Amino acid sequence: MNRQKLQRVLVTSASSVLAIIVALVICAVILLITGKDPVKAYSTLFGAAGETKVLQGMLNRATPLMISAAAVAIGFKMNLFNIGVEGQMRVALLSTAVIGGAVDLPAPLHIAFCFIVAMASGALWSGIAGWLKVKRNVNEVISTIMLNFIALSVVAWSFDTFFRLDKEGESTSLLVKTKDLPRSAWFPDLVDRRLNGMLIVAIVILILFWVLVWKTKFGFQLRASGANSGAARATGVNPKRMVFISMLISGALAGLVGMRALMGDVHAYQNNLAEQQGFNGIAVALLGRNHPVGIFFSALLFGFLGEASGRLQLEDIPKEIVTIMTGIIVLAVVIINEAVKRWDDRRIQRRAAAMVEAAA
Amino acid sequence: MRKNARLLAASLAALGLFATACGGDDGESSSDLIAGIAFDTGGRGDGTFNDSAALGGECAAEATGAEIKELEANVDEDRKANLELLVEGGAKVIVGVGFMFTDPMGEVAAANPDVSFGIVDSVVEADNVSSLVFAEEQGSFLVGAAAALKSETATIGFIGGQEIDLIKKFEAGYTAGAKYINPDIVVEVAYLGPAGDNSAWGNVDGAKEIAAGWYAAGADIIYTAAGGSGAGTIQAAIEADAWAIGVDSDQYLTSGDPDAQKHILTSMLKRVDVAVCETIKAVAAGDTSGGFKVFDLSNDGVGYATSGGYVDDITAQLDEIKAAIIAGEIEVPTAP
Repeated sequence: MNRQKLQRVLVTSASSVLAIIVALVICAVILLITGKDPVKAYSTLFGAAGETKVLQGMLNRATPLMISAAAVAIGFKMNLFNIGVEGQMRVALLSTAVIGGAVDLPAPLHIAFCFIVAMASGALWSGIAGWLKVKRNVNEVISTIMLNFIALSVVAWSFDTFFRLDKEGESTSLLVKTKDLPRSAWFPDLVDRRLNGMLIVAIVILILFWVLVWKTKFGFQLRASGANSGAARATGVNPKRMVFISMLISGALAGLVGMRALMGDVHAYQNNLAEQQGFNGIAVALLGRNHPVGIFFSALLFGFLGEASGRLQLEDIPKEIVTIMTGIIVLAVVIINEAVKRWDDRRIQRRAAAMVEAAA
Repeated sequence: MRKNARLLAASLAALGLFATACGGDDGESSSDLIAGIAFDTGGRGDGTFNDSAALGGECAAEATGAEIKELEANVDEDRKANLELLVEGGAKVIVGVGFMFTDPMGEVAAANPDVSFGIVDSVVEADNVSSLVFAEEQGSFLVGAAAALKSETATIGFIGGQEIDLIKKFEAGYTAGAKYINPDIVVEVAYLGPAGDNSAWGNVDGAKEIAAGWYAAGADIIYTAAGGSGAGTIQAAIEADAWAIGVDSDQYLTSGDPDAQKHILTSMLKRVDVAVCETIKAVAAGDTSGGFKVFDLSNDGVGYATSGGYVDDITAQLDEIKAAIIAGEIEVPTAP
């Protein structure tokens, strides 16, 4: 049994590596077609991997992606598509900047308080979609997308109306922010201004995610609902409760996505803060196959590609190529993983059949 | 190609106003100069603001022989990373295009005191940073006045991109200029998105829809300050046979489409190209002083375009207003 499990892990990892190689080959062809030198591009890309600063940047960029991918993945586990991580993150960003900035607490407590505010406001926003799904059977894809737009507008408006800080005599600065968070709410850096400690929080979240989904009764019910909702219901799982709770957890995690930018970097809310980090989590979760280990590595990959993008631009390779590359990697991984899984299933079936035959 | 050359020639002519002869005594060392331009997310190719900055880079390259390196940001984290990459790449002068570079530039400039920086549309208080700030409201005042003088229906419109302070400066000036000519004029105002909604800079369909509605309801001139979205207003103007007013660049020249050119009354010029070019040229000439630089009507940092000749009959009036603004007789508001 254990040997089989190990084999499965090996096959999955091998197929991911294969997918990346295939993606790199496809990208090389695209580079050639667009008249760029793939050798130069890849030597720039892999050359960057040797630089400490690039690795720090990669980890720093990967931090919010790990959290947002976990937020997306918990929904995916029961076929619930929370596309609203971006909006939930935005709501949490502003409310944490405002509420977290209004209190005065000793450092560890203040950070914990900010986390609670962020998680509560993210959960509140995702809870609307959850409630609509449970009470009115509104498709969560549509409601979360719509709530993204609403969040963007509501947050922008309330920031502009109530919370922006206009410094006296600085009317020329167009960059408006909220009041700075007190220092006690700043999340410390691991490497000064290069790598924020939220990385550790992100990793802890991934571990907790694994425990919750694979080691608890709730997680079992969650996976059962995703795998076969009818069967799950027959065994006494309340599907509405599951939908609502996983939506709340997803939103709570989404609330933490922007905290590296808010508490670890800018220390105040401003428009465009942490933008896209909620959306990018969807791709990271897909690439990581909704598993914490997969999410960890795919977040690193996205972080690395982001960090390498500027270096490639300096080599005259347009930034769009990096975006295309990211897309191709995601597609290749999804397609090749599925193909390999089917092949592996057939292999196991054949072997089982052979064993049965031999026994007979 | 010819259009580019014309635009370049115009930039160069404008540069003359700012002096510092190029080439000159420092010719040899300046040709080794590497200059960096850091664009913000979704910047290049908007036909207005960012492309104008790029043009400034080309102008500086021509004038000083400097090598120009361009980087465009994809996400939040790219801004600081790209500035640092340009420093590592040997750039001695780096211009950040857009106010979102404020904080990252403050940080990178402090860490690299031997490199000169420039920031468009914002202020960074450091000795090695030139803050390049524009009086968009003054230029907008003039095109607002032009719109009021030219409007036959006494109804005009303003379409902004993101509803942020920067764009409100355009709106405020435009409305004030129009009301200066005709206190009873109706100025419709709409924004394409709230602050933080980046799609507002490239929402051609959205701008077209709003503009078409206003034209149908009787407006005859619409000014759009929304980056690439402005193309939608021009399309609507062609279809409704009405006027559009361009922004940042002379869109009569940049559009290049003869149909569009018949419907671009004028453009509010924001000479980002001049600001970028000047900043690089100053460093090439050994001047790394930095500081606060305002580009307004008095130094032709903002203005209005006359291409197409549609405003030729009112230039005298507009230039009078311009002189009054420069003299401080007319005070232009910066917020609606």
